[in-house]
Amino acid sequence: MEIRDELKYSEDHEWILIEDGIATIGISDYAQDAMGDVVFVELPEVGSHVDAGQTFGVVESVKTVSDIFAPVSGEVVEVNKDLPDTPDSVNSSPYDDAWMVKIKLTDVTQVEALMDAEAYRSCIAKQ
Amino acid sequence: MKTTPLNNVHRQIGARMVDFGGWDMPVQYTGVIDEHLAVRKAAGLFDVSHMGEIEVRGQGALDYIQELTTNNAAKLVDGQVQYSAMCYENGGVVDDFTLYRFAEGHYLFCVNASNIEKDFAWMQGVLEKGGFPDINLTNLSDSYAQLALQGPASDAILGRLTDTDLASLVFYNFVEGEVAGVKTIISRTGYTGESGFELYFAPEHAEKIWHALMEAGASDGLQPVGLGARDTLRLEKKYALYGHELSSQITPLEGGIAWITKLDKPSFIGKEPLCRMKEAGVPRRLVGLRMTEPGVPRENYPIFVDDEEVGIVTSGTMSPSLKVGISLALIATGHHTLGTEVSIGIRNRRVAAEVVKTPFV
Repeated sequence: MEIRDELKYSEDHEWILIEDGIATIGISDYAQDAMGDVVFVELPEVGSHVDAGQTFGVVESVKTVSDIFAPVSGEVVEVNKDLPDTPDSVNSSPYDDAWMVKIKLTDVTQVEALMDAEAYRSCIAKQ
Repeated sequence: MKTTPLNNVHRQIGARMVDFGGWDMPVQYTGVIDEHLAVRKAAGLFDVSHMGEIEVRGQGALDYIQELTTNNAAKLVDGQVQYSAMCYENGGVVDDFTLYRFAEGHYLFCVNASNIEKDFAWMQGVLEKGGFPDINLTNLSDSYAQLALQGPASDAILGRLTDTDLASLVFYNFVEGEVAGVKTIISRTGYTGESGFELYFAPEHAEKIWHALMEAGASDGLQPVGLGARDTLRLEKKYALYGHELSSQITPLEGGIAWITKLDKPSFIGKEPLCRMKEAGVPRRLVGLRMTEPGVPRENYPIFVDDEEVGIVTSGTMSPSLKVGISLALIATGHHTLGTEVSIGIRNRRVAAEVVKTPFV
């Protein structure tokens, strides 16, 4: 189970990379493994606004439908356009090819509520 | 939670286990798609020991079974299997199952795991109403483990472990033989649409037979297969699953098993309401839908024609073989014909789909 030290994590198993006030978001290796073969990804539209805790997308495996929750609030400035055509990359490359959205943060302090890699490790160890 | 005799094996080889109707069962080993494709291209081994076995013995067994079941059991000869169902008085389905005839006065029902107690009680109730004084019913579910070996390589693999002449064993027939030295009922049946076998034997031999088969099939690409792929494999072939396509609220005429519902039989429980339904026109039909836009149909999603809700998805998935969303659906008669364009309500959207020929593959 890969957990990258440079990333932040949410309790809903999203990873978040913060760079220059932009949060790049995907789902963690743990989450993709729990879902199984991902066959469908639905992402929000560029320009839409999301609030922390709100559903902004859906990832479906053969067996399950999982909402993706925004870990932070802001404007969607970019989505991974390749992902709907290559949903299996969520399984093969959750931290790289399968990034989902970039959100321009409206409240930088929300980042403080996220877990660092060490906290996330102990979070999933309990599950 | 109930376990099969292979529970330890599943855990040792890293299966993901789920609660399936009170049974601790493997849902996947390597992954649903990988396992699905292995069965289509090579072979897969399924632990289906959770399935139930109910024995009917005694003089008059055929008459009892004819009253109990929708198909014509009189057509069965010794060593033959029949797909059948039993209905409530109102025509709703109690269960669907395979029926094995060993001899005159000796039959075995292989029933759905989640329905074992319900089926046995229903069968007992029919017996107690009278008319069948010499019939004995026995729930043998704990006396049998069951493995399904499915896929084009199944004959070659099983042939290495048995002296039984598999080539002369035709579809929906069975023989009592030995597999890896263990007394086994070898049945050429299955739930995948591929050639293959269902094997019944005493539970204490389950690990021995499992390992013998996995070893014998290694060179052919035999893989263990979980319930996840069992579901996608049967869905691609439009095989009904109780609780989805069939239930106490769905008649066999609606749920796609009219072909095993013999309304010309003199009598069976549920026949009258089913005859009336047929005469009045079956109100809804089970069809196959294929998405024509991206999306994955799921159970209970509504189906629309224009703005009218005309049906409901009973099972759906992304087909591993076709890589497109497919579903089985109960749809109002009139909208059920091939080529009908519908839309499926997926979350807040309507996504286009079409009634297509089944099986899907």
